[in-house]
Amino acid sequence: ISINGLAQVKHVVLVLSGKGGVGKSTITTELALALVHAGKKVGILDVDLCGPSIPRMLSVGKPEVHQCDAGWVPVYADPQQKLAIMSIGFLLEDSDEAVIWRGPKKTALIGQFVSDVAWGELDILLVDTPPGTSDEHLAVLENLRKHRVDGAVLVTTPQAVSTGDVRREITFCKKTAVKILGIVENMSGFVCPHCSECSNVFSKGGGEELAKLTGSVFLGSVPLDPLLTATLEEGRDFLQAFPESSTYTAISQIVNTVLSSLDA
Amino acid sequence: MADVPNDAPEHCPGTSSDQAGKSSACQGCPNQNICASGAAKAPDPAIEEIRQKLTSVKHKILVLSGKGGVGKSTFSAHLSHALASDDSKEIALLDVDICGPSIPKIMGLEGEQVHQSGSGWSPVYVEDNLAVMSIGFLLSSPDDAVIWRGPKKNGMIKQFLRDVDWGEVDYLIVDTPPGTSDEHLSIVQYLSGAGIDGAVIITTPQEVSLQDVRKEIRFCKKVKIPVIGVIENMSGFVCPKCKNTSQIFPPTTGGAQRMCEELNLPLLGRVPLDPRIGRSCDEGRSFLTEVPDSPAAVAYQNIFPNSKLSHYSKNSLC
Repeated sequence: ISINGLAQVKHVVLVLSGKGGVGKSTITTELALALVHAGKKVGILDVDLCGPSIPRMLSVGKPEVHQCDAGWVPVYADPQQKLAIMSIGFLLEDSDEAVIWRGPKKTALIGQFVSDVAWGELDILLVDTPPGTSDEHLAVLENLRKHRVDGAVLVTTPQAVSTGDVRREITFCKKTAVKILGIVENMSGFVCPHCSECSNVFSKGGGEELAKLTGSVFLGSVPLDPLLTATLEEGRDFLQAFPESSTYTAISQIVNTVLSSLDA
Repeated sequence: MADVPNDAPEHCPGTSSDQAGKSSACQGCPNQNICASGAAKAPDPAIEEIRQKLTSVKHKILVLSGKGGVGKSTFSAHLSHALASDDSKEIALLDVDICGPSIPKIMGLEGEQVHQSGSGWSPVYVEDNLAVMSIGFLLSSPDDAVIWRGPKKNGMIKQFLRDVDWGEVDYLIVDTPPGTSDEHLSIVQYLSGAGIDGAVIITTPQEVSLQDVRKEIRFCKKVKIPVIGVIENMSGFVCPKCKNTSQIFPPTTGGAQRMCEELNLPLLGRVPLDPRIGRSCDEGRSFLTEVPDSPAAVAYQNIFPNSKLSHYSKNSLC
């Protein structure tokens, strides 16, 4: 039986970078939470097999993954089942266990994650990816070919060492015909909580320049916010905890722009 | 046989894979019978070739993380600069991040290309005694994407080790991408004849980082690479205006210190966040020489050995 786990998924959005540690999982998590707060049913597919960050960020430590007739049941982050997640993090007995796999094995599991998970009805499936342009990225796209990928959100930090990798990811998107929904500049400045001085810890403006250079939409900047980092560490909902913060405003604007481009 | 022969189909699992000859992708491949019989799985002759080639390399150190964006390339580059400040030492820096090669930019070598000669590929020299190799030097445009599956990345790493004319080298520093996958397995496999002295593990203080780093440490144990120690990067930020410290990446589970205590590993040092580091890296200059009195540079100098020291021991870097 060929099960198309994505039959009732309306939109699929990849979260890509090319560069590691820029905040793909953070942005995926915050986008997902914002979408759930906006009344959407959301899924997160975490295809970072070596370093899966999503389970901790959403406080869903080590539940068991069950099988049903339609395939694997995703793990729900909330009792109302508005946020479904699949990650290799749920399949590891020991959270410190290293997944030391070469490409073909990673490709096979990702295929299962896409096709054999009973996602059910979702407004949006977000796909969190590891850095690079390799097996995981190709596997996701190949398996999503039967469905449809609405596009990708690209995350960068401001400095050139980051945008340098993201340029290559943009080429990847062009070559694989993935529409670029826009670029997010993360870690964009730090406001000292003591004196309010803004420091450009990882430089400034690179994300916006990259958007201009490549003709992409600039979705917005998200500042370095220790409150955001702390809530992610604890697996708490930042948007519920700090709705007055400028980080919340920044994320909301990004979500609204992404949603309008999906409905367009 | 090459890991992915030229006539192999698109999803070739690699001739040394367990699936060689048996995977569905192998149907119709002219090499299928050879692979299925196990004949292709004999130890790769490149391992011995690399062992011979690297007899002129005294020490090989991997820089690993597991987590992306923690400062592996930054550290690798600055370790190389620090080691090369001793004119009597020959230093080599090999960047095996195939998809996201940062080393050329950080070393101020963007746009450089690699030359081939009778004795192999020549690395690019930053200083007379500091040679660098990266896939970045093989790409003609900053927009070029290297969209390769594992087996092809494997082949490139083999070439970097076997075909680059490194010459006499005191330290070969290997910068890696995040993860525990093809690049890491390939480096370990191809250096299995030549030997690896050890690995330096880079992390940032928060648990989201540490949880990946613990996996990398497990990887090291599994493949028997000694862990020289751990460096906690981005360890606090001192506001340039009011001088108060903020923990932008908070050590909610005790940071690298607690992890090192639990795993009985040396904590080699903690480096604070400094906007001038990112700027120096973007400009391709060593921040050790640009801002030598910054707290970050001081922290690095405490990690790096006295540059006159030449003896390698397990708990220090030289």
